[in-house]
Amino acid sequence: MDASVRPSHTGVQKSPVDQTQPLLAVRNLNRTFGSGANAVAAVKDVSFELYPGEIVALVGESGSGKSTLARLLLRLLAPTSGEIQLLGKNVTHGPKTAYWREVQAVFQDPFASFNQFYSVRRVMLSALGVLQKQPTRAERDSRLRTALSQVGLSESLLEKRPYELSGGQRQRVMMARALMLAPQLLIADEPTSMLDASLRVSILNQLKDVRDATGTTLLLITHDLGQAYYVSDRLLVMYRGELVDTGPTEQVVAQSQHPYTRALIADVPTLH
Amino acid sequence: MAALLSVQNLRAAYRLANGVELHAVDDVSIDLREGEVLGVVGESGCGKSTLATILALNAAPPLYVKSGTMQVQGRHADLTESDPLPRSERGKLISTLPQSAMNAMNPTTRVRDLAYDVLRAHERTTRKAAWGRAGARLEQLGLPTRVLERYPHELSGGMRQRVITVISTLLDPTILIADEPTSALDVSSQRAVVEMLKDLLARKIISGVLFITHDLPLLRHIADRVAVMYAGKVAELGPTERVINTPEHPYARALVGSILVPEPHIRAARVLGIPGSPPDLAAMPKGCRFHPRCPLADTRSREEVPPLVEVGDSGSHFAACWRTLEARQLLAGNLVGGPDGRVG
Repeated sequence: MDASVRPSHTGVQKSPVDQTQPLLAVRNLNRTFGSGANAVAAVKDVSFELYPGEIVALVGESGSGKSTLARLLLRLLAPTSGEIQLLGKNVTHGPKTAYWREVQAVFQDPFASFNQFYSVRRVMLSALGVLQKQPTRAERDSRLRTALSQVGLSESLLEKRPYELSGGQRQRVMMARALMLAPQLLIADEPTSMLDASLRVSILNQLKDVRDATGTTLLLITHDLGQAYYVSDRLLVMYRGELVDTGPTEQVVAQSQHPYTRALIADVPTLH
Repeated sequence: MAALLSVQNLRAAYRLANGVELHAVDDVSIDLREGEVLGVVGESGCGKSTLATILALNAAPPLYVKSGTMQVQGRHADLTESDPLPRSERGKLISTLPQSAMNAMNPTTRVRDLAYDVLRAHERTTRKAAWGRAGARLEQLGLPTRVLERYPHELSGGMRQRVITVISTLLDPTILIADEPTSALDVSSQRAVVEMLKDLLARKIISGVLFITHDLPLLRHIADRVAVMYAGKVAELGPTERVINTPEHPYARALVGSILVPEPHIRAARVLGIPGSPPDLAAMPKGCRFHPRCPLADTRSREEVPPLVEVGDSGSHFAACWRTLEARQLLAGNLVGGPDGRVG
């Protein structure tokens, strides 16, 4: 599929996808670090599906394997065993650039994600490197404009450098960078944990708006159940490398019987 | 209740190379009472950490204290001096609990040697005695003593933060200044650190905590009173339950309104957060510093700085806003914001 001819950025679903076919399916994924007596199973036999247009939150405590799973899904790390399928096709191995046209990421640290010497324009245009055919100048500009407007940033920011931006703006630029490729799946690994509470809401709203406008599927990884509860349709709960609980967000929070899920909910500070 | 720590009219500024001064803390007066946890909350850049640095007596250029006095346990200190209290008193009277435990620990030093270093800086002691004391304290607080043998990288983030808490209170400081001690932790570890601070207070190892955070719900579980800071000033001060349930300052109301908690009303509507960003310290707005972002601002807010005055008849709840009365009337008439107190 040539991304440059795909009707992207049109504000509608990009390809006529069957809502019942999972966009991404993960089958018995394992990842072990080390070997012998020192082996640590960071991700243990994880299987789940993401359907088109869904916002799914992956929650769990530090060290539960959330970020390892994210890196496996982004193919930044090879699984020990198991399979990842994108629209029914096995993509566990093979060319990564084609995969990255469809699956993009926003990372945790808005201060470490940037090259200090690059302007916002250059950071964003660098995302187009994974395309098969480099787009024309006109198309590049239109992609830039669309991506910026999708995250609510003005074009005046394009010539700025990272140190001139606030943490919230940086994280928006990172989202815009990912959206330049009009990916089908956006994996956001703790995108708000280094931001203020008041900014968190606006970043989450933005992610929700992007989903509503483009139908991009979103996997939100967080340890904050409050954020997951606010934004997600479905919850995946991870504990010690295993997926221990899953279901529609409201149902999991209100009714889950799983002891770990209950403990996690009990630990979240509440207001009332 | 007697004030353990009393800070009056604290003003401090960062001096830039070009001589411009950025006032990060402007006329802040706060009291910390015996046995109390005082929470300080606000967005990034509101002066929380600058306040913590000054109170921990760690102010160093380019941060200059312009005015302010501190009274702690009957001692009077002028904060504008370079050495407000003798060095030997610092760790015993006031101690700091830093945010990032990993950065606070030497990666090539075992926990026990860090404990020895801290004790040795203040009193004559031997390695064995220091290790014994640290071990006893760990046991007392329910942590395994084997962590003494460990290097920082061998501990989890939550355990590191608890170990740092133990070490920073080894000298039984009167006051502990905790600067975002839980911000890098997941909720379960956050709770463990909060429980530990409560335990330290209950055992009278420490007598008061100034707890700085941007996480308001967490304060509900630990703080007795909360000070909401905005642009270097205290916007609201009052008992925790009152500030969270009936905030008076529009900024405090917006802050409470932007909290995401797993409670059903959160999913029902779009949470708006606070529009705009905190002011640039170099171009501070005239009048009330929150007025450019405030839905209730009027001519007076734009011209005159509101003083911190008592609101209601509680005798303990204060807010710095000209419009608290109008805000309450509007809320009562339900014209602004819903039951969650959000300004709409």
